[in-house]
Amino acid sequence: MSLLHIVTFSPFLLAIFVPFFYKYIRKVHTGWFVLPLPVLLFAYFTQFISTVSHGNTYEQSFKWIPSLGIDVRLYVDGLSLLFSLLITGIGSLVILYSIYYLSKTKEALNSFYVYLLLFMGAMLGVVLSDNVIVLYTFWELTSLSSFLLIGYWYQREKSRYGAQKSMLITVFGGLAMLGGFILLYIMSGTFSIREMVQNVGTIASHELFIPALILVLLGAFTKSAQFPFHIWLPDAMEAPTPVSAYLHSATMVKAGIYLLARLSPIFADTSVWFVTVSAVGITTLFWGSFSAVKQTDLKGILAFSTISQLGLIMSLIGVGSAALHYEFLGDNIYVVAITAAVFHLINHATFKGSLFMVVGIVDHETGTRDIRKLGGLMSFMPITFTIAIIGCFAMAGLPPFNGFLSKEMFFTGMVHVTKMDIYNMETWGVLFPVLAWIASVFTFVYSMVIVFKTFTGKYQPEKLAKKPHEAPIGMLVPPIILASLVILFGLFPNLLAHSIIEPAMASIMPALLDTGEKFYVHISFWHGWTPELFMTMGVIALGVLLFITVAKWSKLYSLFPQKLALNHFYDRGLSAIDKGSYSFMRLWMTGFLRDYLVYIFAFLIAIVLGTLFVKDAFSMKFDNLAPVGVYEAILIIAMIIAAFMTVLSKSRLTAIIALGMVGYSVALFFILFRAPDLALTQLVIETISTALFLLCFYHLPEMQRLPKKFKFRMNNFLISLGVGVTVTLVALSSHSTKLFDSITQYFVENSYTEAGGKNIVNVILVDFRGFDTLFEITVLGIAAFGIYAMIKLRLTRKESEE
Amino acid sequence: MEILMSIAAGILFMAATYLMLSRSLLRIIIGTGLLSHGAHLLLLTMGGLKRGAVPLLGEKAPVYTDALPQALILTAIVISFGVTSFLLVLAYRAYQELGTDDMDKLRGNENHE
Repeated sequence: MSLLHIVTFSPFLLAIFVPFFYKYIRKVHTGWFVLPLPVLLFAYFTQFISTVSHGNTYEQSFKWIPSLGIDVRLYVDGLSLLFSLLITGIGSLVILYSIYYLSKTKEALNSFYVYLLLFMGAMLGVVLSDNVIVLYTFWELTSLSSFLLIGYWYQREKSRYGAQKSMLITVFGGLAMLGGFILLYIMSGTFSIREMVQNVGTIASHELFIPALILVLLGAFTKSAQFPFHIWLPDAMEAPTPVSAYLHSATMVKAGIYLLARLSPIFADTSVWFVTVSAVGITTLFWGSFSAVKQTDLKGILAFSTISQLGLIMSLIGVGSAALHYEFLGDNIYVVAITAAVFHLINHATFKGSLFMVVGIVDHETGTRDIRKLGGLMSFMPITFTIAIIGCFAMAGLPPFNGFLSKEMFFTGMVHVTKMDIYNMETWGVLFPVLAWIASVFTFVYSMVIVFKTFTGKYQPEKLAKKPHEAPIGMLVPPIILASLVILFGLFPNLLAHSIIEPAMASIMPALLDTGEKFYVHISFWHGWTPELFMTMGVIALGVLLFITVAKWSKLYSLFPQKLALNHFYDRGLSAIDKGSYSFMRLWMTGFLRDYLVYIFAFLIAIVLGTLFVKDAFSMKFDNLAPVGVYEAILIIAMIIAAFMTVLSKSRLTAIIALGMVGYSVALFFILFRAPDLALTQLVIETISTALFLLCFYHLPEMQRLPKKFKFRMNNFLISLGVGVTVTLVALSSHSTKLFDSITQYFVENSYTEAGGKNIVNVILVDFRGFDTLFEITVLGIAAFGIYAMIKLRLTRKESEE
Repeated sequence: MEILMSIAAGILFMAATYLMLSRSLLRIIIGTGLLSHGAHLLLLTMGGLKRGAVPLLGEKAPVYTDALPQALILTAIVISFGVTSFLLVLAYRAYQELGTDDMDKLRGNENHE
């Protein structure tokens, strides 16, 4: 148990104490007790910056299940440090924000902070774990805590719907990912990611490589809300705004990106990876930005914008994998895509976090998030307005904010795709820059919608629930910090380059580095007339034009049929599964005993006859048979006639007497086949049973309500014929394949000398195999008690009489 | 002889199955009775039907018939008797309480699933 372990598990530990703070110290907002922890953790993780930027890593291991090779090995390198800083940094700001956002008296703060701490710990665990099983454990914990947080206001139906949807989709992906991890274990023999990276040669040539890749991608795509799994994210906006800011913009949705970046060294060198990741990313980018424009809810716009920006990062990771095809680092033009991915990851977390907080403030101070009701808030909320402008302009990719730089690098990466000579990129690679450019235009439009529809235009006080005014300072501090970071990283991007981005890139693409070599990132080439700059100008020009005319062309969205929307498919799919399984069970589980007997018998016939046929097991030998005697032949005929009489008889009495006839003829068989004890028992018992049957006959209703005539049922006949044939065939072939002699000779030799009895059967029953007899006596005893109880114990009748 | 006995047992099984698939509870119990007869005969047959003396050592015969299947069948007879009688009383009680022995009516209803 090292300090790093304690740090990772500290949110869980604090979560235990949160309810006590909430219960016993009611005067202070519970958030204040939570806030110090992420701040401390952030400070702790900043220490690692100098270690990691010099190319070193830090690792601590703790045994969990050594026999299965599962240990909690935590590993700090560039990538996990970047994520840890994001999680703890934005976590601190979000908790500070939530202290002012959530009411001390009206909300159940204990559960809120317990869930949030649970999430923070789980997320730290995801990014620091080196063991994939531990990673998976934390991964599912993030799904679970996200579910709890989305359903925080559980009395609202939409919250429950959103929580269920996100749970179903992310857990589906999580399970697929677990499958992928297990396949990786089968291929490499280890659960440790770093050991897998060292064995990448054996993994890449294994036949399970592609299935593992697809399963892992499913996990990443569902978590990071990629097309077509993005549908859960807009519905997750029912969560409180601090949750949306933290989970659904800055941290959890980036877990999928983290996973892809982390496993890049294993998977990235294949065409499947390149094509899937970049194509899904660019589709998500386009679809998210296109759908964002038609939203009227501010959080809805931000949700689709998050989807689109995640798609952007995802496509950059996909495109960046092309860098692996070029040996030399110096003039490797595809490395820029990875740089852009890491840089935009940071940028997105900063500006999207601040935007969510801005929207939360607007919601908090006006009572609505609907842009049709909002407008003209600039003069009421100048600080919020400023933050919104900074965030939105960064999101739209305008200078001098950080989004501009990452968007330029994104364009550079996409333009380079057209120069590729692998994976048939010469032909359709041109789609990438085109789609990216169109998506950026839409991004520009919705960013402007957020700023100008909310803060400028006509002020409509009659539509607002509250009189708007500026938020309290505590609520403004976190977005101000984030907005300052947006400007800081925009003006001085190289602050990040050496300390954070280069080590993170080294973790994503270790194969590009020789020993001692380092990535060199210098983000300054935005001075210069590059094609990317012209693309940005085009984005601004067309974006402004589209924004001004948005009222005219937004009718296009209503042309898109609702039936083709993915949500529609999800809802219909769920109810179809529900109804389908229900009607299947209705069809199958009829409640009729006969139907179940038919299933059982049909299965028996199919399995036994099938096995006989498949294994070619049927055999029949005619030697070693006893001769057929006259008495036996007559008796068989009599018994078969009696058996048919039980079936064919019209009255119950005939059937019972025929059954008795079968029983007595069985007793006669026992005599013929030299079994006197059996014959005695059979005679007595058959007599008693027939008497019992007659007792029932007397008390049971007449058969007249049933069809009087014997009614032949073909299905039943076929089934019973099948059972009879199966039994006969099995009997014949087992009789013909006796592998060794009977053990009876022992009983013959020893029953007198050892047990002192001459009746071998009785000696077996009470001496050699006396236990059978003991429990057979028990069976009879239980039957007798049972019968007695059935007759005597009449609770329901007594109750009804009373 | 064994072949003939196997076929006879098969026919008993067939009749038993047909009866068990019917609607009347009594016929089902008759079916189980036939089924146990078939099983007992099958046990005896599988032990071998070679002629030999009754398994009593007083006979002083050179060969005895196999005693082990006989012991097994004896146990099985008693157990199936116990179960059959229990079933019969159950049917009797079911009819007393519910007023029917029609399996299709002994199905429970929509609210009783």
